[in-house]
Amino acid sequence: MNKTLYLTFLFFFLLFLQVLILNNILLFGYVNPYLYIVFVFLFPFKKKRFSLLTLSFLLGLFVDFFSNSGGIHAFATLFIAFIRIYIFRMVFQKTDTDFDFFTLEQEPFGKIFNFTVILTVVHHFILFSLTNFSFHNFSNVITNTLLSSIFTLVLYFLGSFIFSRKQ
Amino acid sequence: MQQLIFFIQRYKYFLYFLLLQIIALVLIINNHSFHKSKFINSTNSITGTIYSKTNAISEYLKLKSQNEILSEENKKLKNKLAKYQLISNDSVRNIVVKDSIFNQQYEYINGKILKNEFHKSYNFLTINRGENHGVQTELAVVNSKGIIGITDDASSSYARVQSILNRNSKINARFIKNNFFGSVTWNTKDYNVVQLTDIPRQAVYKVGDTIITGGKSTIFPEGILIGTVMDIPTKASALNTINIKLFNDMSNLGYVYIIKNLDKKEIENLEKTPDE
Repeated sequence: MNKTLYLTFLFFFLLFLQVLILNNILLFGYVNPYLYIVFVFLFPFKKKRFSLLTLSFLLGLFVDFFSNSGGIHAFATLFIAFIRIYIFRMVFQKTDTDFDFFTLEQEPFGKIFNFTVILTVVHHFILFSLTNFSFHNFSNVITNTLLSSIFTLVLYFLGSFIFSRKQ
Repeated sequence: MQQLIFFIQRYKYFLYFLLLQIIALVLIINNHSFHKSKFINSTNSITGTIYSKTNAISEYLKLKSQNEILSEENKKLKNKLAKYQLISNDSVRNIVVKDSIFNQQYEYINGKILKNEFHKSYNFLTINRGENHGVQTELAVVNSKGIIGITDDASSSYARVQSILNRNSKINARFIKNNFFGSVTWNTKDYNVVQLTDIPRQAVYKVGDTIITGGKSTIFPEGILIGTVMDIPTKASALNTINIKLFNDMSNLGYVYIIKNLDKKEIENLEKTPDE
């Protein structure tokens, strides 16, 4: 129950943080952090993945509602939610049986870094390719992906440093 | 049958993923066509209300620049009025208009931008006027400095505007000093620069010439400011494209006017007449 409440709060917190504040940052005119994907990183690792897929899709869709972008965010977020398990196995070298005892915070920083960087870059790349919706200006897509990924990751690591429960 | 169930059992996550992904893809594709983008956009009452609430907070930060724009516009209108009075004082014959509504072709509705976008390839704005205020789709949206876009969807109290900074946008425009016309498009590179394409080869122009709307569509009235010619292409190409610097700073927009063409239906009916 507590966990459900936490996830609901996280869902809406990230949604409103994204659409009301972060969508207006536009550093140098186009670099924008997309911090809401943190939801996919933080969602508890479980064997059943339907809830993760559904919620990431909905989160993406709600962001789309606010930013007039069709289903771009839903598409990209759902994609990283789907590949999360494979990246997880690749980076952390763990199997499905470890899920119950796994928390992201207890892992070494290097592995967390790899995990988040891969998911973020994949998400941003899909996002900007679909935003552009043509092969015209493709170099723009690459620079946007890189700069925005860096921005998102910096915000994520700062946030996780501030809100970490270790203290 | 067993095989099928086994297959579904095994790939259930992938199939579910595929299903949702297809939904998203359909929404994306629909969003790219002008008339179908009805579902996922910010005109619905929930997002509209949230945006107008946040806008009420953030508009205080822009008061100064908005005031300057308003006083600039007032000055322009006062000058026009003074000119008109001069003419009517001078002219011998007095023009009597019995019913001013009868000749009115355009109706202006004022509104405010709740959400502005300029960094994507397909930009949309949300305004706080909808069907309740007489806003429909395909109306011109301008402000005192120049054009902004065309409404493309309206709910009861909000409307979505396709910005001129949208790859689908195409607006008839001409030079202020002669009648050579082309269409204004955007190549997504810079939000202060749009392109004027398809101008005739023989058109004469120089850097700094003003571009206005051409009035060859039923949406925009003639003579709304767009921008000035920024550079002249060194070699003539088939497309003949020149860069236009906008008068508007598209990243700093506040109040707008929505222009409704009252004769639109009449003109469209006339154009629909089959050519024998």
